[in-house]
Amino acid sequence: MGLSNPERSQTDVVSMDHLDQLEAQSIYILREAFARLKKLALLWSLGKDSNVMIWLARKAFFGRVPFPAMHVDTGKKFPEMYAFRDKYSVEWGLDLILENCPPIESIDPTLPPAARSAARKTEGLKSALAKHGFDGLIAGIRRDEEATRAKERVFSPRGLDGGWDVRDQPPEFWDQFNASPPDGAHLRVHPILHWTEADIWAYTARENIPIIPLYLAKDGLRYRSLGDADITSPVASTASTIAEILIELDGSTVPERAGRALDHETEDAFERLRVAGYL
Amino acid sequence: MNQPVNPSSLVMPNGTTRPQLRIVIVGHVDHGKSKLVGRLLHETGSLADGKLEMLKAVSARRGMAFEWSFLLDALQTERDQGITIDTTQIRFRTKARDVVLIDAPGHAEFLRNMITGASQADAAVLIIDALEGVRDQTRRHAYLLHLLGVKQVAVVVNKMDRFDFSEARFTEISEEIAAHLIALGVAPAAIIPISARDGDGVAELTDRIGWYHGLTVVEALDALTPALALDQLPLRLPVQAIYKFDDRRIVAGRVEAGHLAIGDEVVIMPAGKVARVKSVEQWSARPIEGALGAGRSVGITLDRELFIERGDVIAHAGSVPTETRRLRARIFWLHEQSLKAGASILLRLGVREVRATVVAIEKAIDPGKLAHVETREIALNHVGEIDITLAQPVAADCHADNPRTGRLVIEVNGRIAGGGLVLTVDAGRAVPRDIVPVRSALRPEERTGRYRHNGAVLWFTGLPGSGKSTLALALEQRLFHIGGSPILLDGDTLRAGLNRDLGFSADDRRENIRRLAEVAGHLARNGHIAIVAAVSPSRGDRAEARRMVDSAFREIYVSTPAAICEQRDPKGHYARARAGTLQDFTGISNEYQAPEAVELAIDTSQASVREAVDRIETMLRKSAVLHDQIVDLGANI
Repeated sequence: MGLSNPERSQTDVVSMDHLDQLEAQSIYILREAFARLKKLALLWSLGKDSNVMIWLARKAFFGRVPFPAMHVDTGKKFPEMYAFRDKYSVEWGLDLILENCPPIESIDPTLPPAARSAARKTEGLKSALAKHGFDGLIAGIRRDEEATRAKERVFSPRGLDGGWDVRDQPPEFWDQFNASPPDGAHLRVHPILHWTEADIWAYTARENIPIIPLYLAKDGLRYRSLGDADITSPVASTASTIAEILIELDGSTVPERAGRALDHETEDAFERLRVAGYL
Repeated sequence: MNQPVNPSSLVMPNGTTRPQLRIVIVGHVDHGKSKLVGRLLHETGSLADGKLEMLKAVSARRGMAFEWSFLLDALQTERDQGITIDTTQIRFRTKARDVVLIDAPGHAEFLRNMITGASQADAAVLIIDALEGVRDQTRRHAYLLHLLGVKQVAVVVNKMDRFDFSEARFTEISEEIAAHLIALGVAPAAIIPISARDGDGVAELTDRIGWYHGLTVVEALDALTPALALDQLPLRLPVQAIYKFDDRRIVAGRVEAGHLAIGDEVVIMPAGKVARVKSVEQWSARPIEGALGAGRSVGITLDRELFIERGDVIAHAGSVPTETRRLRARIFWLHEQSLKAGASILLRLGVREVRATVVAIEKAIDPGKLAHVETREIALNHVGEIDITLAQPVAADCHADNPRTGRLVIEVNGRIAGGGLVLTVDAGRAVPRDIVPVRSALRPEERTGRYRHNGAVLWFTGLPGSGKSTLALALEQRLFHIGGSPILLDGDTLRAGLNRDLGFSADDRRENIRRLAEVAGHLARNGHIAIVAAVSPSRGDRAEARRMVDSAFREIYVSTPAAICEQRDPKGHYARARAGTLQDFTGISNEYQAPEAVELAIDTSQASVREAVDRIETMLRKSAVLHDQIVDLGANI
């Protein structure tokens, strides 16, 4: 057999820091999704998390993203977000799919206003799924964002109606994922579920990933989380660089989604949305 | 739009430089997991703004007093029914580190969620209600932690306020859980009396537990260590995919163990093809120079065109995994339909997927009762050992050799239905088709009822002359007199017959121990107490015996000092070894490896035979082998 096990001292092995570990895990998940699902798309909301996710996909597949990036557009994003999308979809060589959401009038009127507005996205997503026949959707949610997201699986099965059955989630351990949805159903794949908001920013800085400037403070305000312009508010902040954002987050106990109106309408508003298929 | 930042000038707080530890909290339902988590977050100042107010409002809306558990039980059904359904994760910081707390449900029907949570942890906190004591579910969780490979366990005894902070009650529970954990090969890192409701023992020790001088829960968490680095093990790079996006043919996967670098000669298993690493491919501005260690997701190219496919394992020559079509595994089962012998299953070993058949099921048990049940099938939430044949050869490792690659999951109808550890690869144990093991006509409970004990193996180890046989004989008499069924397996006696073909080389000694453990295990499975007295000098061989016998194994180290053993020299061996007429005699020319953790250690130069046997009997009563009364069987086993 020739050479035996190479003698190599431990010091020659390049050690991994926290961000390296997060990155390696995400790449593993993305490659599993690509290997085990037939028709994949990556959901691109243009925000800081999905930008990191696209960056990780480029790393996983050596510079190219081998599946489409889909933007399900409410038509109500900030102008800066559209500008960002048009620039980087070209620069990053993405196969971009644009899908629109149905009008607010077609959405369940018993929902509170912000939730009703957000539910447009669920419906847009469902019709996009039906149209393209995806069996896997890669989404950039994180456990630390919100308590129901903390309960998510990495490969999360969705029913035929796109719904999430929180009472019957399959076992998932040792990086072994359930990847066989029944015909017509799909899986949500969450490659950055294990990241935190601070991780996202530290990695964005380290890798020089472009961001939408709304995240940086202007006149004492910045956005921590970007959604539709009509239901997202900025938070008080003086952090005008990523380094300053990291310092701000380190001392802060303000929840990330404090500026998202729909989280505060009723106790279970977010859960209801997510069960119905929202991200 | 692009905001360039010089990374070296960056402050990277919150986990990017601080050590991070993942801890799962497990225990019986209502023993207070969620309260403890809430209390920990509160005491370490890790709660988000408005959270406390939100919890008050949520509690009030349900007409309840303030309820910490709503912090983690985010789902409506959880809040309405007051139970945790699914595992969740939450972060907090101590002075020393960032902690990811994994909350795992206690209900038996949500065991799959508990395993989903616990499998990701470096360490565990096991919570016990002081009123209820150690329950089935407590034992089941402890067993599953052991099966998942979680070796560090801190125990908290909660609701001490409901028991008047009684030291006696705490000691009673401590001893019971310690004995149970040690029987599973886990030494508890700490056992802490607390009141999660009032905060005693969580972040500080209060006067009410003035008699306790150990660690607080926060201190105990700080004392646990992250999982060991896997760089030291032989290289294992399971192939996730081959990418050919351009001219390059990139082999992609994650280094599960060991390390590799450009120029390494590698073997692709199971086919055994050899190649050399030509390049390490990366997309990013920051290429990595040097060897790639465990945990990295990598892409490499090889110096020759070989047929490689997903599921192959890349290793270095000289330390390759075994190519096999047979495995023995210890598994837990999470599917409503029992796993039966003869079943066709889909097996996943890392990224390798292979069809397989269950040829035999042995030692199926309910880990809550630690009693053997049906031996032909493994029911929901039970564990067992299975022999499997594979439809095609795969590259496999034992869990003892490699904790990352030595584990598998079983899929049924596209969904993970069970998982476990690979005990042996290509073992002679896989039963050939023409051999059909015959089961005993009696069920284990029938014997348990008559003998008032469960089957067990009591393994006496120690230097020659330490007093093993003397104690074994005395214990045999004692157990017989109280109505039990003890059977002595003396090492020397069996060497005169069953093992007379064996000598004293390391291999022969290993085989000697294997046969002893095999016979003893068979007796224990049939309800007897097998008393083994054998020097058994190798720690590894004894560990293997423990694995074979499983939870019925109790190791008793006869720790009498070497000088006294030699002075006694009952068989004249020491004298002959000193004179050079006896080769390979343990104690003089061979190294005896003393145990690190055993159920009991006895120094016969300090204790009389009677005292020693008393201590053994006490240990057997506490660790669920002996029962005082038949009516207690259900409650105390």
